[in-house]
Amino acid sequence: MGETHNSEYAIEMLHITKRFPGIIANDDITLQLRHGEIHALLGENGAGKSTLMSVLFGLYQAEEGTIKKDGREVRINNPNDANNLGIGMVHQHFKLVECFTVLDNIIMGVEPVGALGFLQKKQAREKVIALSEKYGLQVDPDAKIEDITVGMQQRTEILKMLYRDNEILIFDEPTAVLTPQEIEELMQIMRNLAAEGKSILFISHKLAEIMAVADRCTVLRKGRYIGTVETKNTTMEELSAMMVGRNVNFHVEKQPARPGDAVLEVKHMTVASRVHNNNAVKDVSFKVRRGEIVCIAGIDGNGQSELVYGITGLEPLVSGSILLDGKDITKASIRKRSASGMSHIPEDRHKHGLVLDYSLEYNMVLQTYFESRFTDRIGFLRRKNIRQYSDRLIDQYDVRSGQGSITPARSMSGGNQQKAIIAREIDKNPEVLVAVQPTRGLDVGAIEYIHKQLVAQRDAGKAVLLISLELDEVMDVPDRILVMYEGEIVGELDPKQTTQEELGLYMAGAKRDEVKDQ
Amino acid sequence: MRKALKNEGVQAFIASIFCILLGVLIGYIVLLCINPSGASESILNVIKNFLYKKPARQMKELGNTLAKTMPLILCSLSILFSYKVGLFNIGAAGQYVAGACASLYAALAWGWGWLPCMIFAVVAGALLGSITGLLKAYCNVNEVISGIMLNWICLYTANTLLTNVKESTSPYTMYLDKINKSSLLPTLGLDRVFGNNENVTIAVPLTVVVAVIVWIILGKTKLGYELKATGNNRNAAKYAGMAQNRNIILTLAISGALAGLAASLLYQTGYMRWECTQSSVPAMGFNGIAAAFLGGLHPIGAIFSSFFIQHITDGGQYVNTNFYSSQISDVISSVIIYLCGFVLFIKLTMKKFLSKKDEQKGAKQ
Repeated sequence: MGETHNSEYAIEMLHITKRFPGIIANDDITLQLRHGEIHALLGENGAGKSTLMSVLFGLYQAEEGTIKKDGREVRINNPNDANNLGIGMVHQHFKLVECFTVLDNIIMGVEPVGALGFLQKKQAREKVIALSEKYGLQVDPDAKIEDITVGMQQRTEILKMLYRDNEILIFDEPTAVLTPQEIEELMQIMRNLAAEGKSILFISHKLAEIMAVADRCTVLRKGRYIGTVETKNTTMEELSAMMVGRNVNFHVEKQPARPGDAVLEVKHMTVASRVHNNNAVKDVSFKVRRGEIVCIAGIDGNGQSELVYGITGLEPLVSGSILLDGKDITKASIRKRSASGMSHIPEDRHKHGLVLDYSLEYNMVLQTYFESRFTDRIGFLRRKNIRQYSDRLIDQYDVRSGQGSITPARSMSGGNQQKAIIAREIDKNPEVLVAVQPTRGLDVGAIEYIHKQLVAQRDAGKAVLLISLELDEVMDVPDRILVMYEGEIVGELDPKQTTQEELGLYMAGAKRDEVKDQ
Repeated sequence: MRKALKNEGVQAFIASIFCILLGVLIGYIVLLCINPSGASESILNVIKNFLYKKPARQMKELGNTLAKTMPLILCSLSILFSYKVGLFNIGAAGQYVAGACASLYAALAWGWGWLPCMIFAVVAGALLGSITGLLKAYCNVNEVISGIMLNWICLYTANTLLTNVKESTSPYTMYLDKINKSSLLPTLGLDRVFGNNENVTIAVPLTVVVAVIVWIILGKTKLGYELKATGNNRNAAKYAGMAQNRNIILTLAISGALAGLAASLLYQTGYMRWECTQSSVPAMGFNGIAAAFLGGLHPIGAIFSSFFIQHITDGGQYVNTNFYSSQISDVISSVIIYLCGFVLFIKLTMKKFLSKKDEQKGAKQ
């Protein structure tokens, strides 16, 4: 690329200060993004990363500080200004129209229009297909967003940005839902993009990825600028200490498992897909015993979600059966399963886990409100009991919120929303805990906490079924790993004896064993 | 002051008042455009309504307004109840018709007493509501579409059935007080308070009680908790093991029951008779939508908003017909009612303004 630049930096955010009532979200933060570099922005939840990006994107105006593009001072008053400056962003929570196709979402706002005002989708389709092939971003342009996996939705978001030929690309936690192989591919994409002269801001709290892909890294903590380092001159330990302000234990401490009887037994389970005319889960059998954590690993979209829907009763089974504590619950309602000792930490806390417009206390009793401790005989809620119960959970599980029990769930941070769900599910004292990506999008401190809770459940003699896409979690937390590929369980691994590479081969379908029903 | 402004209830109240003023202002402008000379007098008369009459007649006129306010309150309760559960029950208008048909038919053809007639109307409304509910729950038919179609089916069914009990010389159903006095709602002595206006009946206290019950159900009971959870997030409700389909059907049945009761409380006063040739669904059910929003979607708010809307509608008849054609009264009242629908918009604007102020305040610290 033979472009000449006026300045060394594509974007400079100098001495940015942004205040909200009672809180300084950004306190004198400087971030300088060079042309063609991959620059990581590291910090825990609440460190001010999102605010800083919102300032760059024109959603907020900073009280102090300046923004320069290519050495020239610019004002960004709204997202349109940001777009005009060639700044594109993949948001953590996707901005997609659920009932539109992938292609429609990509071209939305920049639709190619012919002379008479008719959409010219053919060109657009060609460009999208070309882009997706070039970068290995596999999508089905005609699938509707509501029907595709989270992983494919994210690829759509990335394509949206590429389609607009943006120069400055912001990736907000892009790897949270990807598999190791996909992450590797994404990193290659990011390197290619940087090599073509695009400047990339990579927001993350995954240190390994930052070390692998970023050239430099800026660290924020509690709204303050801690420093910018060259990744080749630093270590993960140093970065993590900068981010958290203390040394973090990356490994889950646990004793060897002492499994007992089987609590959850899945026999020849088949679950239909909501998207395609076939089965997402095919003839799957496994057991989860007392005192062990079993992890279902696999690339997103290989039937894990449907497996969970089948077990928890959100979707009916096509065939097969489920036993809980020896009792057949194949046809039992969701409430019956919950009452028989099944807890479910759902994959999507906003879709399933919480009623966002309800207060925290009402969310705490979402599955137990009808019990006699919360509802009297006539049908009135015992609001005092609900409040007491909620206060206790908040206290016991350290759920932080602005106004305690009466805080609207919507206004809480993602980490604390997740903590509230975990408090609710664990406090039901279940026989089996089904935890689906329980640490998705959370920071190191919260992840550490949640892993400890899962291990504590195991040590209390409960069965834990963990569904995870995060390789570190898969290797670290469970006692057994079952790998799912295209709706089938293709391997059972012992995390102490396997390697990430071997696991990756199973996940990608390159290797499979005959897994017997123990 | 600022804290008070952030309170949901206060915001709803201010927004409602603002909408009313805006509606009156635009109504006034419309009158000015048509004929400036009578505008001020006419708009004042609309606002005054019964106060326009001589003091001796005022209570009686107020009584008439009240008699029509009660069904409007119930219609708006019907709308807001389903709205809280995430359903837009536009079928309330048809459920109202079903209630009217049931109570009039039972009273005139079978000679039932007032209470059985009323219960029959409630059941008819609930039944019709649950048809919409069944379609929504099991066939995923949009409740607005099926509601609108059922409105028309209901209207013509009512016309057909009530033709059996209509007067031979007019398109109207027979007078309740001539055929079956026992079907008239008891007045409980309220008629004497309102200048011997027999249209003021048990309907008034009953409606207020129903509004309070709706308020309690939504705010304080297990049922309300479930229904609102379903309305706010269907997926979470399913995840929590709530019986979604049952809740949808139950909601629309209750909503329909309220609309059915509304009709019974109007027609069983004898104040109005059914016109068997009418070709449009009575506006009561639709006005309930405006009243529900003007009342801030709160059951108690609905009482006041419904009274106001009925007050304006009745006031429309006092527009000076020397200056304006007689249809103008409907134009004015509908302009005001239309503006009432803007409450949520105003509330939202207010919220945005307040949070922007907060941000600026934060900036100055």
